[in-house]
Amino acid sequence: MRALATVWRKELIENFRDRRTLVSALVFGPLFGPFMFAVLIGLLLDKTVSESDQKVELAVAGSVHAPNLVRFLEDHDVAVTRVELDVERARAAIRESTHRLVLLIPEEYPERLRSGLPAPLKLVSDASDNQTGKYSARVRQLLGAYAGQLGSSRLLARGVSPDVMQPIVLDDIDVSTPAGRALLVLGMMTYFILFAMLMGGLYLAIDATAGERERGSLEPLLTVPVPRQTLIYGKVLAACCYMLVSLAVTLFAFEIGLALVPLEALGMTANFDTVVALKVFLVAAPFVLLGAALMTVVASFTRSYREAQSYLTVVLLIPTLPILFAGLYSLKPNTWLMAIPSLSQHLLMTSLLRDESLDPLHLVVSVAATLAAGLAMTWVAGRLYQREAILG
Amino acid sequence: MIAIDELHKSFGSVRALKGVSFTALDGRITGLLGPNGAGKSTTLRTLATLLKPDAGGGRVDGHDILRESLEVRRRLGVLPHSAGIYPNLTGRENINYFGALHGLAPALIEQRVEELLTLLEMRDFADRRAKGYSQGERLKVAIARALVHSPRNVVLDEPTTGLDVMATRALRSLVRRLRGDGHCVLLSSHVMQEVGELCDDVVIIARGVVVAQGTPEEIRQRSGTATLEDAFVNAIGSGEGLE
Repeated sequence: MRALATVWRKELIENFRDRRTLVSALVFGPLFGPFMFAVLIGLLLDKTVSESDQKVELAVAGSVHAPNLVRFLEDHDVAVTRVELDVERARAAIRESTHRLVLLIPEEYPERLRSGLPAPLKLVSDASDNQTGKYSARVRQLLGAYAGQLGSSRLLARGVSPDVMQPIVLDDIDVSTPAGRALLVLGMMTYFILFAMLMGGLYLAIDATAGERERGSLEPLLTVPVPRQTLIYGKVLAACCYMLVSLAVTLFAFEIGLALVPLEALGMTANFDTVVALKVFLVAAPFVLLGAALMTVVASFTRSYREAQSYLTVVLLIPTLPILFAGLYSLKPNTWLMAIPSLSQHLLMTSLLRDESLDPLHLVVSVAATLAAGLAMTWVAGRLYQREAILG
Repeated sequence: MIAIDELHKSFGSVRALKGVSFTALDGRITGLLGPNGAGKSTTLRTLATLLKPDAGGGRVDGHDILRESLEVRRRLGVLPHSAGIYPNLTGRENINYFGALHGLAPALIEQRVEELLTLLEMRDFADRRAKGYSQGERLKVAIARALVHSPRNVVLDEPTTGLDVMATRALRSLVRRLRGDGHCVLLSSHVMQEVGELCDDVVIIARGVVVAQGTPEEIRQRSGTATLEDAFVNAIGSGEGLE
């Protein structure tokens, strides 16, 4: 027990003095996720929220000729600015970005409308401007709807059912709801959390075998009167501590970063506050032991520091696999899935982020299964240290 | 006292040791001499319980190297051939770490480290990070680390490789001092002159077997040659590995 603590303390101190370990464990790993996430969420929100919720700004020239049309537009979330422009000046205004969209209502509009003739309208926009595209489509849609209303009432007035004019009813079902897209983002978020956690212990795991061997310090270490597995347990434990710190820093970074983003628009809990962060920490923490032991096991098969580094990069991807499956099959939490490490953390964290309540049984199964797998993997790491080949 | 008995060890198809036996006594310096690849390091690693022999065994102060490996490790101070130290720890911390792993009380560790810092003249650099140490400074830390638990038996695997003249002289005087204090010192070397000058007993090993042993004088007389070097060449059957 004393030897275990000795190894653990030495690894903590030694790695704390290593700038590369420290930067990857406490800076790069934990901040990479939240940063990427903030960028992604920013893009997503731009696509989903602004389209339906933001008001369309529309400059209308000649609004006096069509008060009903203008009222209809205003009733449908269009911010109408009344202007006096002719076609030429409207073009110039678009080119100079004074306005994004200009609707021109000519003088003959009311006259033609009253006579039952097609009434002309002009919509001036710059189609090469991505932002405008969404808005002009919206305005066009509204104008179409208005025209449809007028057409129907004209048919009714002439004793014809408006249905005659509607041979097809198209029901447009858009699956890409904000919540649906959020699922993808949530998967990435839980992965970033697991990734940052693993990064925290990466260099300690490499150091435990490949690093010690490359420096020539492994052989002297194995001549001390301490069972070899005790040495490796101490190292795994030290890696766990770094991983827990990484996890905490990551969640803290998420908390700060996401405070600025309207998460509820993506179907997540409105507040990624300290309480949620703490719960996520507790749900993710059991994975630490498994991650540390797994990386140690993989590193112990490698012959050099560089080799270990490249193999462990692959290990960093392992937690993505279950998350990928969860996404593909849109798995819902159940007791069996809770027995799968990384998947159970993903599902539980997702529930927490959505502000759903957790099934206590799920929690127990997840913690127990993950810890059991971690202990088994730690035992394997200890066994590998017994091999003579460990000396290289 | 170290007794090695009929050690056999193979790595795959390579038979590294084919029945190595010898004894190293307390208060004497025993040299394990042989060309590169003769099996010196394998013998010492097996003695230090790092490797398990295929057959045969050994005893350190009467303790079996197979069945009582922890007790054997307690009684051995081992300086392996590649004796790296932790670059992010100071020299003192490197030594402390091994003292703690040997289960020594903190007060005892401190006392031992102070003794060793004086003995090995390490005070100038002991509290600096080991990252910038010279070869000689690193070796001093490695030796101090091997001696921190005051082991009765000291095993040094090619200790003078890569050392300059001053460091080599310092090491030799340390080895003689250990002998004076009654320690059993076992060192390996492929440099014949070094062994001839320093060692009380010599074990010549070649191709995994002991080909001659005794005091340098006995070995020379027995082979009927004028110098130990000729006796060595005679014993190993060729001039390979001589420098």
